[in-house]
Amino acid sequence: MQNFIQAYSWINLRFLLEGLWVTIYVSAISVVLSFLIGSVLGIIRYMKIKYVSMIVGLVIDIIRNLPLLLIIFFMYFGLPSTFGIRLSTVGAAIVALTIFESAMLAEIIRSGIQSIDAGQMEAARSNGLSYLQALWHIILPQAFRNMVPPIVSQFVSLVKDSSLATIILLPELMYHSQIIYGQNTNYMIPIFIAMAVFYFIICFMLSRLSQRLAMRLK
Amino acid sequence: MISILTNNWSALLEGIKYTLESSLIALIGSLILGVIFAMLEISPNKTVHIIGRTYVEIFRNIPLLVVAMFFYIVMPRFIPGLDGFTAGTIGLTIYTSAFIAETVRAGIESVPVGQMEAARSNGMAYLQAMRFIILPQAIKIVVPPLGNQFVNLVKNSSVLAFLAGFDLMYQGNLIASTTFKTTDTYLAVGLLYLVMTMPLSYLMRYLEKRWAKNQQA
Repeated sequence: MQNFIQAYSWINLRFLLEGLWVTIYVSAISVVLSFLIGSVLGIIRYMKIKYVSMIVGLVIDIIRNLPLLLIIFFMYFGLPSTFGIRLSTVGAAIVALTIFESAMLAEIIRSGIQSIDAGQMEAARSNGLSYLQALWHIILPQAFRNMVPPIVSQFVSLVKDSSLATIILLPELMYHSQIIYGQNTNYMIPIFIAMAVFYFIICFMLSRLSQRLAMRLK
Repeated sequence: MISILTNNWSALLEGIKYTLESSLIALIGSLILGVIFAMLEISPNKTVHIIGRTYVEIFRNIPLLVVAMFFYIVMPRFIPGLDGFTAGTIGLTIYTSAFIAETVRAGIESVPVGQMEAARSNGMAYLQAMRFIILPQAIKIVVPPLGNQFVNLVKNSSVLAFLAGFDLMYQGNLIASTTFKTTDTYLAVGLLYLVMTMPLSYLMRYLEKRWAKNQQA
């Protein structure tokens, strides 16, 4: 019990919260970027433009089937050695997360658009809308409704996945926890619990939000 | 890149072996745990339901790395001799079981309630109705997502690299740090991961499409 009280000193908690802030900050930037890039890629894949869609689709499938950890390593250790591009830890983490999650989101967005009845597009086109107009005004708004829950769960995954960036020493929640219990192993269990609770609160709130949205949109 | 593959073939092969072994054990383990917790979740008993729900919510909302690290760093204090591979595989199993429980629960719930009622009113016990009526129908809905879970397991098992679990990612890191050919090594390792994951994920997409068509007919 003594360990718990000492482990949860203000200095330790503040250090954990600083880590949490980096987790949130890196996740938030990656969420925005990967949503934008993922939407564009998903729509391109759906549009079946000759060659372009095929190549985009293949790249998406390749990235989706690689471990995120590998992409993080590649961005941090691979890029400088061959291409001479040296990213900061935060930069490498954001780029790796964005690349991986864009591919995941692109697939969600493509299948969301595809779930809309083909008749909708035909009806819009025969009413004189151009292909892009029909996509923007008719198909996407309907598809978006189905896509919200899986997109938000993907954001939950993103927050969780950001913990992998400890391996390149990104000063986020997991890494800060490791520093604390590395200095005093008695704090290991209490700090582990605190770290798990922090992650849980963020992810659980996001999951709940997605359920709430799913209900309202129905 | 080819020289990396040929020069370090035995180490990489060893890594693939550990990756697949860990993923397979975790798949079987999480399937068993996942079905158990899905059953708890759909139980009419309120307390049992809450136990199942809590387990699923906790492990779906905590990073895999935290779960795996817990078994690698904290658990050896209580269970001596827990190595990285075992700890990582236990972590993978528990983490994945929460997702499988959700998948199985959604699969079971997608079978109309009337099926259960009809089976019960024909004199079947609850478990009999589950075993012979509900589960066979649920399986078709459940198999493609489970296959995708296996793909995820192969990818996620790369956290073993954090725990000295000798998997493909771990071997890749060793090779990268001894040869200094980081880009080539990671490309080669990526290629090997793709060989394991891509065929399966395409197969699952195919099954999903095919079974969806059958259901419409």
